[in-house]
Amino acid sequence: MKPVKAVEKLRAQFGEAIGPMTEFRGETTVRVAREQILEVCRYLRDECGFNMLTDVAGVDNYGEDPRYEVVYHLYSMADKQMLRLKVGVPEDDLVVDSVVSVWRTADWHEREAYDMFGIRFRGHPNLKRILMWEGYPYHPLRKDFPLAGLPAELPETAVEAGRVEAAPMLGGPFVPAIGTRSSVLREPRQVDTVVENIERVKNPTKKELV
Amino acid sequence: MNRAVEIGWDPKVEGRDVIVTRLDAAIDWVRRNSCWPMPMGLACCGIELMAVGASRFDIARFGAEVMRFSPRQADLMIVAGTCVYKMAGVVKRVWDQMPNPKWCMAMGACASTGGMYRSYAVVQGVDRFLPVDVYVSGCPPRPEAVLEGLMAIQRKIERERALAGMKTGDAKAPLYELPRGPIIVRGEYAPKFRDS
Repeated sequence: MKPVKAVEKLRAQFGEAIGPMTEFRGETTVRVAREQILEVCRYLRDECGFNMLTDVAGVDNYGEDPRYEVVYHLYSMADKQMLRLKVGVPEDDLVVDSVVSVWRTADWHEREAYDMFGIRFRGHPNLKRILMWEGYPYHPLRKDFPLAGLPAELPETAVEAGRVEAAPMLGGPFVPAIGTRSSVLREPRQVDTVVENIERVKNPTKKELV
Repeated sequence: MNRAVEIGWDPKVEGRDVIVTRLDAAIDWVRRNSCWPMPMGLACCGIELMAVGASRFDIARFGAEVMRFSPRQADLMIVAGTCVYKMAGVVKRVWDQMPNPKWCMAMGACASTGGMYRSYAVVQGVDRFLPVDVYVSGCPPRPEAVLEGLMAIQRKIERERALAGMKTGDAKAPLYELPRGPIIVRGEYAPKFRDS
């Protein structure tokens, strides 16, 4: 079934719960009300042939309302058609119905979205972190989380008296001094640890250039 | 400065089957030439480490070809790759299970300093939790650089006082004649060739 036709069928079935549809470069995206996502997904699988869930992703649109989004990529193996669903999730109520009961593959995808964004999936059989360790206090892909990380405790199985420390960020995330001859200067960490090297990296002498 | 004790063997003096040396030196000689590495391949450096073990570069020439995947049989941990905080505990536990004496090589930029991964997930150098003996630079290092790092570790073993701890029963007895510190292998080869 063509995705546009599937959206028409969804409109007929669910009415107000189906939001505006957009098409971009042959890809169809439709917004769905958060309360209806589970029923919409089951309907799409059973009645419209979208038998494969390619991905579930979280999105943080920091500064917008609703702040978070969950994006579902559906695929119909028989018709070779793709459909994208988007669900807005407000910051003060970070809960979406889990679609594990529709596609079992959603299990790990939803765990990843939970781990990285803190979006909770109601009805998920095993909602725990999948990338970071149990007990990690942050959700690192949120826009207000610094790339360098924040200090945190490690679990007792890990390094003795170990702690997570923010990575050094002086001079940006990754600024190698490409083109300098000295391998000491080429090492990006040098500008973090040796202050006088910052100037040397910015203005290398002729001898230090290759 | 080489302070290693030479192993002397003069068949005319001592006879055919006698070697005169210090016991320390003999033990170091044995240890140095049969490092059993624990290949802690965490990322792409692990692939390069396989090349070091394969026929072209052939780490067996330096007596370290017996890669042990059991920490209890290994004495040289080669941390090859990016170590994330979640993995750090595993690496530490494997290290703790290796019997003494043991040595550690941080292979590549990530293991040495975190490399280009300045992020919340990556340990900024495994020396945060392991006593690293040799840092090998490169991303990934050339196999020659890994071999040079191995040779640096061999030179370090050569200077150890293997019996110091055994005699006194003190596990914290000074093991080294020279101050213990990191060795950095820069891995810059044939600079003259590049200049031309």
